[in-house]
Amino acid sequence: MKSLIRIFAVMRKEFLQMSRDRLTFGMIVGIPLIQLLMFGYAINTDVRNLSAAYVDESDTHISREFIADITASQVIVMKQRVASVLELEHLLNDGAISIGIAIPDDFDRRVLERDRQVAQLLVDGADPIIAGVAQQLSAMPVRFDSQARPPQEAALLEVRNYYNPERRTAVNIVPGLVGVILTMTMVLFTAVAIVREKERGNLELLINTPIKTPELMLGKIFPYILIGLIQLALILGLGWYFFQVPIHGSLIHVLAAASVFIAANLSLGLLISTVAATQFQAMQMTFFILLPSILISGFMFPFDGMPAAAQNIAEFLPLTHFNRLIRGIVLRGADITSMLDELLALAIFTAVALTLAILRFSKRLD
Amino acid sequence: MMKKIAITASGLTMRFGSLMAVDNVDLEIEKGSIYGFLGPNGSGKSTTIRMLCGLLTPSSGSATVMGMDTKKDSESLKQKIGYMTQRFSLYEDLSVKENLQFISEIYAVPRKQRKPRVAQLLESFSLTDRAKQRSGTLSGGQKQRLALAAATLHKPEILLLDEPTSAVDPQNRRDFWEALFELAEQGTTILVSTHYMDEAARCHKLAILDEGVKVADGSPRQLGESISSHVVEIEADDPNRARLCLLGSEDISSVTQLGIKLRIMIPKTISDPLQLVNSKLQPENIEAKTEQVFPDLEDIFVSLTQQRREELDT
Repeated sequence: MKSLIRIFAVMRKEFLQMSRDRLTFGMIVGIPLIQLLMFGYAINTDVRNLSAAYVDESDTHISREFIADITASQVIVMKQRVASVLELEHLLNDGAISIGIAIPDDFDRRVLERDRQVAQLLVDGADPIIAGVAQQLSAMPVRFDSQARPPQEAALLEVRNYYNPERRTAVNIVPGLVGVILTMTMVLFTAVAIVREKERGNLELLINTPIKTPELMLGKIFPYILIGLIQLALILGLGWYFFQVPIHGSLIHVLAAASVFIAANLSLGLLISTVAATQFQAMQMTFFILLPSILISGFMFPFDGMPAAAQNIAEFLPLTHFNRLIRGIVLRGADITSMLDELLALAIFTAVALTLAILRFSKRLD
Repeated sequence: MMKKIAITASGLTMRFGSLMAVDNVDLEIEKGSIYGFLGPNGSGKSTTIRMLCGLLTPSSGSATVMGMDTKKDSESLKQKIGYMTQRFSLYEDLSVKENLQFISEIYAVPRKQRKPRVAQLLESFSLTDRAKQRSGTLSGGQKQRLALAAATLHKPEILLLDEPTSAVDPQNRRDFWEALFELAEQGTTILVSTHYMDEAARCHKLAILDEGVKVADGSPRQLGESISSHVVEIEADDPNRARLCLLGSEDISSVTQLGIKLRIMIPKTISDPLQLVNSKLQPENIEAKTEQVFPDLEDIFVSLTQQRREELDT
């Protein structure tokens, strides 16, 4: 009973402070809003409008038609025509273009005879995504070929795209962003929660009262679970409004997965809070967690493509498990009961981090 | 009648690396008394108080507060202790009333008593009209009253106050001490650290700390009698000449100027200090009124710390 009074006292105090700290309040709404719009529009693996230049040494109607065709694909934007391949290389080198097209003077003959490649693509292969686009371009059919030919061979495999038939990146990014934004805000909020009281001197008073460590920790966690759920609603709502990201699964399942994930992040934040001496240190440690979470959790790049070692590390990040859960529920309409192991992993993470935080926190100054 | 003891400490020592913050301090503090720690900054006052609260674990030695060991029973001790930190440690972004409410909940004061208790504290510490103000915007005196209200909310038997008046003007300091005497009358034992001599003089008993060592303790009267110097006050027409004349003498251990007065300390080995002073001043034709006075705390403090330095040197 006394414990409950104290937990509620801490919760009420946190809410009061939060409502008075305009910056924190702004972060709760501002971070999801800005990041969602920014990443939702910016991150796009379906590349278009790459800058390009070309040199046309044959200058025939076929070659001009070829350039017009490539431009019409919208994959590239033709910036200029240059006189020689050497100039093309210079432009590539300077970063002015990503793709150069070199049409040799015997272009017409090559098109007709088809005994070798008709033209050359100079590609800035440093970026694998651009190199991938070049692959696409090289597979372009040469429709302007006037000669009668046997119909092209059909592709070996037919692709059926499930869950995201239009191949919109936002569909994949938005549910992932839920996890990234929650990791960032939740870990950060609690990471500075105790350090801030340490810095302001409040903690010296608090540890002299009969409050017990678990009471303090739980009182600090509960208000932020609510904040996290507000952010979740905000991101999914905005994702649906701006990017038409559908929610195929049950909202209850989304809520369940998110609650456990938020608890995991808050516990991690509290653990950081007991290690860091200043708010600045707490922030640095948060980013130490955040960066790998973004890069190897499967948010950015497919999990299966990573080497085993990276995959093993990623299994320790809450975001990895949450990505599977949220994408499963939101995009595939999966039932949460089919992914109980992911949920369990998050629960174990929470329990371990919270226990460590409670053990590490000392009601003494030494 | 046996006096009831609230706090005892024996051989209390705190080492921070190579620094001896508190060195072998023994204490015995009576129930219902106001006990002062007098010492300059860095003399180990705060560290001793923190050890008595159970916030710091002593490197060696032990202390009991209300019969409980500060190491083993530190959790149950917290109900009995009210602690006021040197720095204002309530929440500056909460209002006066919200802070007190929070503290009342943390101490799990029964629901029905919380409101009346908070209202009563607001009233008795003259904070009622500030109840809705954010505590960060209060003045120094108001902050300190709020901190004392928070420290006494759960009616502790012991109050530990770490330099409570360092950011407070004189009028507020007087009011504050009045509140302390009231609490002591109700039976609260109060331990207060300070570097103000006038405050120390108001304590029932005090300990003088210097570089972590307890140099002396007792009532201000006892301490005054215990020191090994006479104090002579001189009112001279030309205090500067008088000062220069007296400084050279081996029998005079210190000369302090206070406006037109000089305060002089003379070892007790000299039987007639007035005669000694007059014998120095007359040959120089310096007109002066001399008077032997009871040592004040500043004299005591200077004499004791000087004595200790001399002992350390030999």
